[in-house]
Amino acid sequence: MTIPADLRYTRSHEWLRAEADGTISVGITDHAQELLGDLVFIELPEVGSTLAAEQEAAVVESVKAAADVYAPIAGTVVEVNEAVVDAPEAVNQDAYAAWLFRIRPTAAADLEALLDANAYQQIVDAA
Amino acid sequence: MQKTVLYESHRQSGARMVDFGGWEMPLHYGSQIEEHHAVRRDAGMFDVSHMCAVDLDGPDARPFLRRLLANNIDKLQLPGKALYSAMLNEGGGVLDDLIVYYLDETHYRIVVNAGTAIKDLAWMSARLADWRMAAAITPRRAGADALAMIAVQGPQARQRLWQVLPDCRSACEPLKPFFACIAADYFIARTGYTGEDGYEITLPAKRATDLWNALAQAGVRPSGLGARDTLRLEAGMNLYGQDMDETVSPLDAGLAWTVDLVSPRDFVGKAALLARPQQHRFCGLLLLDRGVLRSHQQVLTPHGTGEVTSGSFSPTMQKSIALARLPLAVALGDTIQVAIRDKLLAARVVKPCFVRNGSVLV
Repeated sequence: MTIPADLRYTRSHEWLRAEADGTISVGITDHAQELLGDLVFIELPEVGSTLAAEQEAAVVESVKAAADVYAPIAGTVVEVNEAVVDAPEAVNQDAYAAWLFRIRPTAAADLEALLDANAYQQIVDAA
Repeated sequence: MQKTVLYESHRQSGARMVDFGGWEMPLHYGSQIEEHHAVRRDAGMFDVSHMCAVDLDGPDARPFLRRLLANNIDKLQLPGKALYSAMLNEGGGVLDDLIVYYLDETHYRIVVNAGTAIKDLAWMSARLADWRMAAAITPRRAGADALAMIAVQGPQARQRLWQVLPDCRSACEPLKPFFACIAADYFIARTGYTGEDGYEITLPAKRATDLWNALAQAGVRPSGLGARDTLRLEAGMNLYGQDMDETVSPLDAGLAWTVDLVSPRDFVGKAALLARPQQHRFCGLLLLDRGVLRSHQQVLTPHGTGEVTSGSFSPTMQKSIALARLPLAVALGDTIQVAIRDKLLAARVVKPCFVRNGSVLV
C-alpha cells in the first residue's frame, strides 16, 4: 500500500492533489481500493455542480460493496474523469493516477487543513 | 472466531480473511474477479470446511428424513445419490437448506450451512426425540475424526482431481451429477455451488492441507467466498440468510421445485405451506441501466413492490444481476424499476439461472 508524500488526505480515504491551474484533483486512496476490492461501477458528480465540504460527491462500487466518496473541500466541480467510469478497474491498478473529479475550491487555503501523508498513515495504521 | 484446518494455507497465500458466520474465511486471494473467471474457464477451489457434515446412522434414518425434510427422501434409491432440500419449521419457514447423501438404508450424510449448524443439530435432535426414532446424529466438524471439505469447480476441475488423486479416479470418474462415492479416505461428490462441473471432497481434516497444496500445484486456483458468491448468484442458487430464512416460505424463495406437496407423506411445515400458498414470484433481475443491484433494494412494479434478496455484479456478463422476490403478477420479460440511492433504474425480469457451464443463458 502506498501513500505519496506530495498529496493531502481525508479520514474518509480520499486523496487530493493541487494542480498548476489552481484546481484540486480528488480520488480514493490505495488503502481504500484495497479494502473495497475489484471496482465495477463508478458514478461521478455533474460538472458545474457546487459541493460543500463532506458532501457526497461520487459513488464507487466493488463486487462486494458500495462506498460514498465525499467532497474533501468546498468548491465547484470543473471536470470529471470519464475514463474511470468506463474502466473502474483503473482505480485498483493505480489509485493515485485514476482521479475521479476536479474541484475549483471556494477557498484554496482549505487544502492546508487536511491530513498530510504522515497523519494519514497513522490513521491507516490505527484502523 | 473459528478457523478451518486450512487457515494457515490461506494466510500463506495472501488471503484477505473475513468473518463469515463466526468463521474466519478467505474473501479473496488478491482478485475476486480473476478467481471467478478461473472457475468459469478452468478450475478453482474453495475451502468449505466451515460447513458441517452430519452423519445420520440407524434403522430409522430414512423414516426420520422422510418426516424432517420438505423434499422427498424416497427420491433417493441409488447408493451415493444426493438430494437438495429445505428443512422447515412448523410455520413453513426455512430453517436451513442442505444436501443429503444416501449411502445405504441406515447411513446418510447431511451437509448443512456453517452459521446454522448448531441450530440445525438441536432441531434434528429434538425431532428425533419427539418422534421416538432410532438413529444417531453425529456432527463431523470438530474432534479427533473431524472432516474438512474442499470444493473443486470448473470445466477442468475433475481432470485436475484425477491427476492429484489417481487412485480415486476409477471410483469418481463414472459419477453422474448429484452422485457421490467413497474412495479410500475421500468422500467425493459431483456437486457444487457454482454452476460448473466439479467435485466437493470431504476428507479427514488432517489430510486437507496436503490435498489443497497438491491441487494448487496442479493449477487449481484458490478462490474465496467473494467469487463463490458471484458464481452462485450467476448460477441462480439461493444463499441461506439472504434469499430465504425462517420467516420465508420456500414457495416464495424459488424453492417450490424442492418441496414435495404431491405425495401423501407428512413433513414438518407441510400444513403451513398448504394453508398459505405461494405469495411471491422469485425471479432473476438483469439491470439495464448502469449501477449495481444489492440485497434489500426495493423493486417497483405495476403490480406492487418487491425486494432484491441478492445482488451483485456478474463478472461473466459484465452487468449487474440479482435475485428478487416480486409480486406474483410480474411476468418474465417485464421491465421493472429498482430504487438505488436517489434513482429509479430499469431492470428486466428473467429466469434466475444466468450462467451455466460457462454459457450465458439470459
